[in-house]
Amino acid sequence: MTVWETVIGLEIHVRLLTCSKLFSGASTTYGAEPNSLACAVDLGLPGVLPMVNEEVFRKAVRFGLGVNAEISRCSVFDRKNYFYPDLPKGYQISQLYLPVVSKGELEINVGDGNSSKVIGITRAHLEEDAGKSLHEDFAGMSGIDLNRAGTPLLEIVSEPDMRSASEAVAYMKAMHTLVRYLEISDGNMQEGSFRCDANVSVRAQGQAEFGTRTEIKNLNSFRFVERAINHEVERQTDILENGGEVMQETRLYDSDRDETRSMRSKEEANDYRYFPDPDLLPVIIDDAYIEAVRQFMPELPNAKRNRFIQELGLSAYDAAVLTGSREIADYYEAVLAEAGEARLSANWVIVELVGALNSDGLDIRQSPVSAKRLGGLIRRIDDNTISGKIGKQIFRQMWCSEDDADTIIEARGLRQITDNSAIEDMIDKVLADSPRQVEQYRAGQKKVLGYFVGQVMRASQGRANPQQVNGILRSRLKN
Amino acid sequence: MVLSGAQVRDIAWLARLQIDEADIGQYAAELSRVLELIRQMNEVDTDDVIAMAHPTDAVQRLRADKVTEVDQREKLQALAPLAESGLYLVPRVIE
Repeated sequence: MTVWETVIGLEIHVRLLTCSKLFSGASTTYGAEPNSLACAVDLGLPGVLPMVNEEVFRKAVRFGLGVNAEISRCSVFDRKNYFYPDLPKGYQISQLYLPVVSKGELEINVGDGNSSKVIGITRAHLEEDAGKSLHEDFAGMSGIDLNRAGTPLLEIVSEPDMRSASEAVAYMKAMHTLVRYLEISDGNMQEGSFRCDANVSVRAQGQAEFGTRTEIKNLNSFRFVERAINHEVERQTDILENGGEVMQETRLYDSDRDETRSMRSKEEANDYRYFPDPDLLPVIIDDAYIEAVRQFMPELPNAKRNRFIQELGLSAYDAAVLTGSREIADYYEAVLAEAGEARLSANWVIVELVGALNSDGLDIRQSPVSAKRLGGLIRRIDDNTISGKIGKQIFRQMWCSEDDADTIIEARGLRQITDNSAIEDMIDKVLADSPRQVEQYRAGQKKVLGYFVGQVMRASQGRANPQQVNGILRSRLKN
Repeated sequence: MVLSGAQVRDIAWLARLQIDEADIGQYAAELSRVLELIRQMNEVDTDDVIAMAHPTDAVQRLRADKVTEVDQREKLQALAPLAESGLYLVPRVIE
């Protein structure tokens, strides 16, 4: 039986964070009144000319540096011609021949998360977004909102380097994390700031050439990408196993029915008649510009993850969780700056903080406990002022108040008892009250030690230092 | 290369141009002359020539990322054949 191999390449459209549009001074604010942000340039009225937004190039160069790519010193805009009412000019200004970024790469985590794979990035080019068509409620007409028209997009095209739906998702997630670290996009998938098309084909394992591919459009969540690709691979494999041929076509993913269906075949494919836009001159990017952008590059997710593992001694899992978004990484580093203990801080952020955020349905940016306050609490655990268990009680109080850990410790008398003589007194009392258990212990039932520890901890209301309790108990029971 | 009437109709469809059947012969002849010119240009050896993006040597000036437009929806929509609830209305594009 033939073993089939899946080949996937992704095209990701990222909306760049700018105040104004790519070629006009209209605002890019999401969710405004229809057409209130569509100016004469966005409407493609006769006589208007595009004016290029500098910030768009700064962000594109930032992206190029982030994926270790070549930045074009000369970048040219082309017209992609097609007819659709939400594209009033009759062409989209894009970049075909000389894109701003080419030949980059992005490392992704695959399999168990401990191995990695490098995915090639063919190119990333700038283009303007189209408007929106609304097909309901207009008595047989379509309503057009051109607020989105002219919003800057960076289209990132990968090499066909992915071999499974889960690799495609890993790549998409890594890209999503990256653009948010770079602060070039908000990555908001509900608002369409991060959208994906997938090119999928199947071939017999060992076959050198690729199979015929289909392009799946309209993938706007990680879950849909995985489901749509798996579905499409199954569809293509069925065709091939029955001796059929896959048709090159564009398919649309329908998330309600969990299926892809044909949009248009190769024969009906648009001839876009690309040509350089005569309204726009080449954009020249010199080395000084690139170096100026490089100076403000943040630490990137993969570099940060490696540093967390190598310099802070975190596990690969913890480092991956803590670098999963820029927000959680920034939070963790702020906690660490306050607490000074990397692994204890990691544990608190991942288990207690993220757990509490999840159960309250909050984003880390909305955390009721600031990184500074959490760091202060961890410092008190690390210096043995309190035990970890008391720490959790204090954390819950911090969650519902503005108090810092020290205030709560003092107000409630939670300071850990580390005074040997005080602990010895408590131990002596527990031993005197438990003659039968002492006898059992001395007869060889060492498990009973746990009972004594429990009694002492209860007597101290959890405040005795457990290590000290253990040590003193053992020496007391020897005699 | 001489264009056929069918090819002229295809090109007109791609460009969303409405043309008279009676004019197709003339279009075919004129467009064929354009293609002949391009054929001649294609004979020039351009292997070592970098493609020209623009006929002048000028480079694009960039503008700062500032919002400079104000909402002129009322005026702009007065130019449109049909508008409703702030939307431009067009013949329905999908079924």
